[in-house]
Amino acid sequence: MGEKILMKGNEAIGEAAIRAGCRFYFGYPITPQSEITAYMAKRLLKMKDAAFVQAESEIAAINMVYGAIATGVRAMTSSSGPGISLKQEGISYIACSELPCVIVNIQRGGPGLGSIQPAQGDYFQATKGGGHGDYHLIVFAPSSVQELVDLTMDAFDLADKYRNPAMILGDGLLGQMMEAVEFKERPKVNLPDKSGWTLTGCKGRKHRYIVPFDLDPRVLEKLNKVLDEKYKRIKEKEVRYEAVNIENADLVIVAYGTVARIVKTVINNAKKEGINIGLIRPITLFPFPEKIIAETASKINKFLVVEMSLGQMIEDVKLAVSGKAEVNFYGRTGGVIPSPVEILEEVKKYL
Amino acid sequence: MKKVFGRPESLTDVPFTYCPGCHHGTAHRLVAEVLDEFGIREKTIGICPVGCSVFAYLFFNCDVICAAHGRAPAIATGIKRSKPDSIVFTYQGDGDLASIGTAEIVHAANRGENITVIFINNAIYGMTGGQMAPTTLVGQVTQTSPYGRDPKTMGYPIKMSEMLSTIKGATYISRVALTKPAYIVKAKKAIKKAFQVQLDGKGFSMVEILSTCPTNWGLSPVEASKWLEENMIPYYPLGEFRTPEEVA
Repeated sequence: MGEKILMKGNEAIGEAAIRAGCRFYFGYPITPQSEITAYMAKRLLKMKDAAFVQAESEIAAINMVYGAIATGVRAMTSSSGPGISLKQEGISYIACSELPCVIVNIQRGGPGLGSIQPAQGDYFQATKGGGHGDYHLIVFAPSSVQELVDLTMDAFDLADKYRNPAMILGDGLLGQMMEAVEFKERPKVNLPDKSGWTLTGCKGRKHRYIVPFDLDPRVLEKLNKVLDEKYKRIKEKEVRYEAVNIENADLVIVAYGTVARIVKTVINNAKKEGINIGLIRPITLFPFPEKIIAETASKINKFLVVEMSLGQMIEDVKLAVSGKAEVNFYGRTGGVIPSPVEILEEVKKYL
Repeated sequence: MKKVFGRPESLTDVPFTYCPGCHHGTAHRLVAEVLDEFGIREKTIGICPVGCSVFAYLFFNCDVICAAHGRAPAIATGIKRSKPDSIVFTYQGDGDLASIGTAEIVHAANRGENITVIFINNAIYGMTGGQMAPTTLVGQVTQTSPYGRDPKTMGYPIKMSEMLSTIKGATYISRVALTKPAYIVKAKKAIKKAFQVQLDGKGFSMVEILSTCPTNWGLSPVEASKWLEENMIPYYPLGEFRTPEEVA
């Protein structure tokens, strides 16, 4: 513990999951996340009371997760855009059944088969539910390999705490890059006991079932309201963000993940030219850090949202700003990563 | 006095909601009797499908999870892998297993998952109101084959037991019917054998049960049984397609 090691992002996610107690992984190869699947195979196939299954499809993989987590274990699946689309059916069932698991999306360019280069086009899918029905995932947006590690571990904890699927929304750059990481000693967290709902065989108790439907609309509405109450609690308690240089900034950029890293370079470059840029970096995308954005909007009148998409998170930023400031947008997509130079040029347009 | 007949403990007290003459009730009961006889009810986890038997969770007195349409074998895989000491069975219809869930069933068999599959083949979609199933017979009229199933555009009815028995990972595959007492006795033996295979850790087992759907076939219960015997059994022959001895 405490030692820094050089690791590729995707492998770091796998190691973090194992250290978080995940012994069950079900996946399917897809670029640029395949190293997670390979890493889990290498580790879990050698472990006791563990399983790695290369599923026949992404659909099967998420349903294997569904089965495993119903017995109370920690389980994970990972993929990239096209595969995450296939998993949506299962994710919706898991959310409805209120079961905890972690899903990793190492985003690539879309739509369709798209490209295998980094992108952020799956923001809507990740934060607005993704599959059918009213539900949300807890969505983390790491910005470094260290955060891939820390947030993967946190994702397992929060998934258990709220009995809700959690997603790590990375991208091909984070998954493929190597950085020094530390697997820190983590304080013990008190998590709810699972024995009240897991399917383990009904020895010594009444038989129990996990059923993601109810044909009585009033009962189903009630279930939806229970979920909604949970999302409200999550919004109240689990918002995470990083704010850099937002006091007295000429303009505040809102960006997450890979783009936020680039923006930090932009901030330093801009300083040399006497331009004062701030950054709000959401670390959780759901719940979205709307409060800090709203507060900032009452002090700073210019925002620029930068994404590797043609504008998805900007909708949440605009809702938070609520007309109190100007919200501009700059995006590259299809797997193109914006450069610090072009972002600074964009900033200058609004000053 | 010795009790010679009663409701299996592996069934709840909830009355079946299935239509008169439907074979789900008999199939449920046979599975429940087998769970009782092996004394495994308390370590069994069932997976019910989408279709008429989506309500099986109300009837089986063991832990149950409801799968998305066709996905039961994948869920069973997740359960069995994370809890290998449990007994895991899926209960699936023909739309579920032979259409939308073909990938899941084929690969669960191919991996030799140590699970038991109860496959109800009634040659039609029941819950959605009588549409064509992959197992619908040639010429059979359904909501979506209103002029009869035409193999030129709709393909031939799929024989899942025969198909799965070509897979090396499948240990026990059998097809049974429930239209007369002699068949029911054989069906129970097959179900028992299937669970025995799982108890012995020998891998994938499936019992295909030819069943009636009087409501959607538009026949009385008696006519439906007759129709099954005259039309389904000639196309879907009964018997064992793969047995543990063969595998060993």
